[in-house]
Amino acid sequence: MTTNDQVEHDEEVTRRNFLYVASGVVGAVGVTSAAWPLVDQMNPSADVLALASVEVDMSTIPEGQTVKILWRGKPIFIRHRTAKEIARGVAEDNDPMKDPVMDKDRAQKPEWLVMIGVCTHLGCVPLDQRGDFGGWFCPCHGSHYDIAGRIRKGPAPRNLDLPKYVYLNDTTVKIG
Amino acid sequence: MGSSNYEPTNKAVKWFEDRLPILGLIHGTLGAGYKTPRNLNYWWNFGSLAGFMLVVQIITGIILVMHYTPHVDMAFRAVEHIMRDVNYGWLMRYTHSNGASMFFVIVYVHILRGMYFGSYQSPREVLWFLGLVIYLLMMATGFMGYVLPWGQMSFWGATVITNLFGAFDFYDGMGESILHLLWGGFSVDNPTLQRFFSLHYLLPFVIVGVVILHIWALHLPGSNNPLGIDAKGPGDKIPFHPYYTAKDAFGLSFFIVIFAVFIFYLPNIMGHPDNYIEANPMVTPSHIVPEWYYLPFYTILKAVPDKLLGVIAMFGSILIFFVLPWLDGSKIRSAKFRPTTAFFFWLFLVNTIFLGYLGTKLPDEIMINMGGGIDALTLGRISSVFYFAYFLVIVPLVSRFETTRPVPTSIAQSVLDARKEG
Repeated sequence: MTTNDQVEHDEEVTRRNFLYVASGVVGAVGVTSAAWPLVDQMNPSADVLALASVEVDMSTIPEGQTVKILWRGKPIFIRHRTAKEIARGVAEDNDPMKDPVMDKDRAQKPEWLVMIGVCTHLGCVPLDQRGDFGGWFCPCHGSHYDIAGRIRKGPAPRNLDLPKYVYLNDTTVKIG
Repeated sequence: MGSSNYEPTNKAVKWFEDRLPILGLIHGTLGAGYKTPRNLNYWWNFGSLAGFMLVVQIITGIILVMHYTPHVDMAFRAVEHIMRDVNYGWLMRYTHSNGASMFFVIVYVHILRGMYFGSYQSPREVLWFLGLVIYLLMMATGFMGYVLPWGQMSFWGATVITNLFGAFDFYDGMGESILHLLWGGFSVDNPTLQRFFSLHYLLPFVIVGVVILHIWALHLPGSNNPLGIDAKGPGDKIPFHPYYTAKDAFGLSFFIVIFAVFIFYLPNIMGHPDNYIEANPMVTPSHIVPEWYYLPFYTILKAVPDKLLGVIAMFGSILIFFVLPWLDGSKIRSAKFRPTTAFFFWLFLVNTIFLGYLGTKLPDEIMINMGGGIDALTLGRISSVFYFAYFLVIVPLVSRFETTRPVPTSIAQSVLDARKEG
């Protein structure tokens, strides 16, 4: 034992130092792995994730109308845009914007605009065909979106988000 | 907590006290063993009032849970069931919902009392921190409690407030991951309601724990007083019981009358009619307002055009109270002897109430109509700037450079002087 104490005194690495560090590291890893399930249980559960996609037949939506459907607890706006509206969206492509994007990149087919109807500011549902740009207006904090769902005025940081969707045929989409 | 020389005369009590000295602890903390400055005014009632409200909220809350179901399909109906079917359910719910407002009124007065009389100054900084922690816990508890009835304001308030945390979007998808973690889904939904219910039940007991620490920290230096000078000799102090237990009880009975007026005659005046409509994720109410006690901070949020900076300003407006003990460089605590400080304190109070008033307005609503008109957003920005300037410019400068009035040598002396003059 006396020799051991002398070695420690010289601040060399001893077997005891190694055991301290090793048990400390194993303990920290153990605590972290035990804590992770406690945190991860808060993330979306399997049944919530399973409700990930919906199919929508858009042929019943008349031109110039928007329908709202619920997807993952959030409203989806599907607007059947008129030729005039598409022309306006394209014409304003080069206007000043916070989150600039071309009208053609907002929809796979220009006449069907599919967007998540949740304001990118603090999550309210914007009102249809209101505001200064002929599109949507969020009543909560005054964000104005244009006819392509692009943010034009107000506190929202981004354009209305687009969900992932694929066309199953000419007028049916699968969202999610 | 309070060191005590408690000597029970009853043999059985003494036997027990020798084995668990809890009666001595109470005696030294809230009884005759706690020596208190003799000059406390009615602003010092609000600590015990806050304690009373915490107990009221816990009791009524536990009762409400016996009749409530935390599920999106049943929560709204459960609240109506409490209101219509449960014996005295209406009384429990109105006491609980108005009790939350009363609790905040009391705590705001308690905080402002501390600001005016310099109770946050050395050596009471940790006492001040613990009070602020209680306040933050109350904000979280109040917010989650408002979600439980699952009305339109519950749902959309929850949506707006949780979305604030999405502003911390430092890498792509980070904000979204935080939100999914908070919600347990892709929007405010059943998992959100259930976890809010769990936490709303838990946090009041955490508050109780921090209140015990708050009282512990109070009893080391003892209570501050309206003069802000340290109590020195025995002539400066009187026992907490019976003097302040009696004064607190008198104040409490007065407060209960006001509380009862709200419960029985104005039970919905603090609420919002939209919360009697069941939550609907497809329709946002035309005007979302938080509960009144969050309104000043809500205006600060709206005043900043950038989302992240707005959120930082809003949290900062509360967290800035933590550094107040160091922003204030005065050797004198009480604003009684600091006329300029007192003036700006009242200005700060008026400005904060005005911020709260603006919180109920739409950003582009015209407030002052002179020719062009000034909208609520512009006024909110001016008021927000003053709010921060108070802490960051006015308090640091005024406290260091103002001409103060002479401070009495002791509490007893000031009482004697007042008697001579009177």
